[in-house]
Amino acid sequence: MSSFTTRADAALADPILKIAVERTAGTAQAKRAIAIDAFPDFEAARTRAAAIKDHVIAHLGPYLEQFEASAIAAGAQVHWAQTADEACRIVIAICKAANAKTVARSKSMLGEEIGLPHALEEAGIGRVETDLAEHIIQLADERPSHIIWPAMHKTSEQVSALFKAKHRTPHQEETIAAMAQSARRELRGAMLGADVGISGANFLIADSGAVCTVTNEGNAELSLVPPRVHIVTAGIEKIVPSMPHAIHMLRMLARSATGAALTQYTTFYTGPKRPGDRDGPEEMHIVLVDNGRTKMREEGLAEMLRCIRCGACMNHCVVFRQIGGHAYGGTYPGPMGAVLTPTLDGLAATRDLAHACTLNGMCQQVCPVKIPLPTLLKGWREKSWREGLEPVSMRAGLGLWAWVATRPALYRLGTAIAIRAIRLLGRKGWIASLPLAGGWTQYRDLPKPAAQTFMNQYKQEQRK
Amino acid sequence: MTGQSGTRQVALFVTCLVDIMRPRIGFAAIRALEAAGCDVIVPQGQTCCGQPALNSGDRDHAVALAKQTIEALEPYEAIIVPSGSCAGTIRCHYPELFEHDASWLPRAQAVAAKTFEVMAYLDEVCGWKPDGVTLPATATYHDSCSGLRELGIKAQPRRLLDAIDGLSLTPLPGAETCCGFGGTFCVKYPAISNAIVGEKAAAIDATGADLLLAGDLGCLMNMAGKLHRDGSKVRAFHAIELIAGMGDGPAIGEES
Repeated sequence: MSSFTTRADAALADPILKIAVERTAGTAQAKRAIAIDAFPDFEAARTRAAAIKDHVIAHLGPYLEQFEASAIAAGAQVHWAQTADEACRIVIAICKAANAKTVARSKSMLGEEIGLPHALEEAGIGRVETDLAEHIIQLADERPSHIIWPAMHKTSEQVSALFKAKHRTPHQEETIAAMAQSARRELRGAMLGADVGISGANFLIADSGAVCTVTNEGNAELSLVPPRVHIVTAGIEKIVPSMPHAIHMLRMLARSATGAALTQYTTFYTGPKRPGDRDGPEEMHIVLVDNGRTKMREEGLAEMLRCIRCGACMNHCVVFRQIGGHAYGGTYPGPMGAVLTPTLDGLAATRDLAHACTLNGMCQQVCPVKIPLPTLLKGWREKSWREGLEPVSMRAGLGLWAWVATRPALYRLGTAIAIRAIRLLGRKGWIASLPLAGGWTQYRDLPKPAAQTFMNQYKQEQRK
Repeated sequence: MTGQSGTRQVALFVTCLVDIMRPRIGFAAIRALEAAGCDVIVPQGQTCCGQPALNSGDRDHAVALAKQTIEALEPYEAIIVPSGSCAGTIRCHYPELFEHDASWLPRAQAVAAKTFEVMAYLDEVCGWKPDGVTLPATATYHDSCSGLRELGIKAQPRRLLDAIDGLSLTPLPGAETCCGFGGTFCVKYPAISNAIVGEKAAAIDATGADLLLAGDLGCLMNMAGKLHRDGSKVRAFHAIELIAGMGDGPAIGEES
């Protein structure tokens, strides 16, 4: 796989990507600000949301057992998966037992995380992505670049061309409405004809066994109700104690993600079709997936399990806004992705992510559950340093600097000599090219250091 | 907070960047603090607060530098820093660094509690404003991230700058958006940093202001260096230089 820097450079060189990311993230940022301003006391609501999540994360076992019992009582079947592979095997086995030829999938980042789209294809099961953006991604054979808007890296102009190339009866008029109609013609029949519907879960309600999904297109409902079987794959951290907690989290989620008060479609699925119900699946399966989550709880990343996948951190991240989501190289991009990806893909291959951050703290400021993202990223930096994964040049440079800086007298002498040498390279107050600091002078000028350090000047003035 | 003569005795933590790159920020801090009635001492044992090591994951060196800094600064009644990010390191991160060290934690906490960013100290603790300072110019202000989010520095510099005769402040769109400096980030990922500071420089230039002001030299060098490379005429100062009446001197990158 290519390096982070290579991917980031490619992203920076793509002017269309910049336009696409700016359109969506810029709009999201503006709408969120309006929604938060109108909210009576968003700070108190954030504190409560964080407390709800911390409580369930600290008592995950009992709540999951309660959820399992409630879901079984409602007629669902509950499965437990330790790893991504195990989760996929369970889903494929359920599909095969149902003799499924095609599945309709409602967008789920957990599904992406465990590699479910690929596993379905390998098993020879037809997969229809029913979320509009996931449909675009499927047509383009790409991966999502954002957790809320998987196709945010594409402009509407690019999507129009894609639909014209791939849809059976594509739009004629160049309007968003006409394009949406084209996708609807393509997807509606596939949704209604699928044997199995697969979704994720935004929340799992412990006391009722209900599974909550949110969409703005209604595709979850159309994908999950008509088929014979509904399969839910959900991370174990999605649990909340009861409906009032879910409602509080929904208020935080929708506002933080899109600035809306609530999603267009918010549905709670409690068990399969019951006697007397007019519709609904005959079987409902819920696969509870760990895939590193209990390990995160034990290894200092418990706060990350608060995450409700709203995407506000990436929408407000100066780095994400420049490079988009694919450059991060994992399932989850942006600040929350930079914290999660080393857990999922290993730190050695992903150590850049924690460093490619200015630690400006904006992500933490907008996070609806107050995840201290910069602190968690610094935790990865520390682990990477401890495990010897940092480049030799960095270790040697920082080591030498710290060795001198912990000897004040030597430091005074060293800095006085260094500024004299650096000053020789300056012209009219600025340095346009400095050896060993090419990262700086490649793009900006460096002001010439003063003729004397503060400490020397101060000492001389004191002597006067 | 007051000494025997009724004046406040404070220690200046210069910061390594000000020491090496722009000493006049340190002298401006002394001048403003003295005007506000403080006795300023510059402890000799200081070098760097250790932020580069801390943010690089190099905990051992961060701890060594934090201990040296605590020893140098703990004898004084208050510690004043002309940088939001260095003040934030001492105030917010030193206690975290010694969380599991029973002998150093109280010392780190004590130093943290009496460490202040210079403009916040002048405004909030001293209740001081510049008096008789004149500078006919328009300026725009960038809120450096650590000062803003770790220490809540937003209104204080603006209140102090408002007291300068002839100076008018033009709001900077996106003033709270990071400039792309990020310490070692800007040299580890220069292309990303450049894209971020390029947008920041364009926003600064578009305000039409004569001067760019901020409270952190690292961010200022990043923005000023980009503005200069792009051919902008905007001149950059640390806000404390103007507040101390030193805004008529050379801007960042100008020969004195």
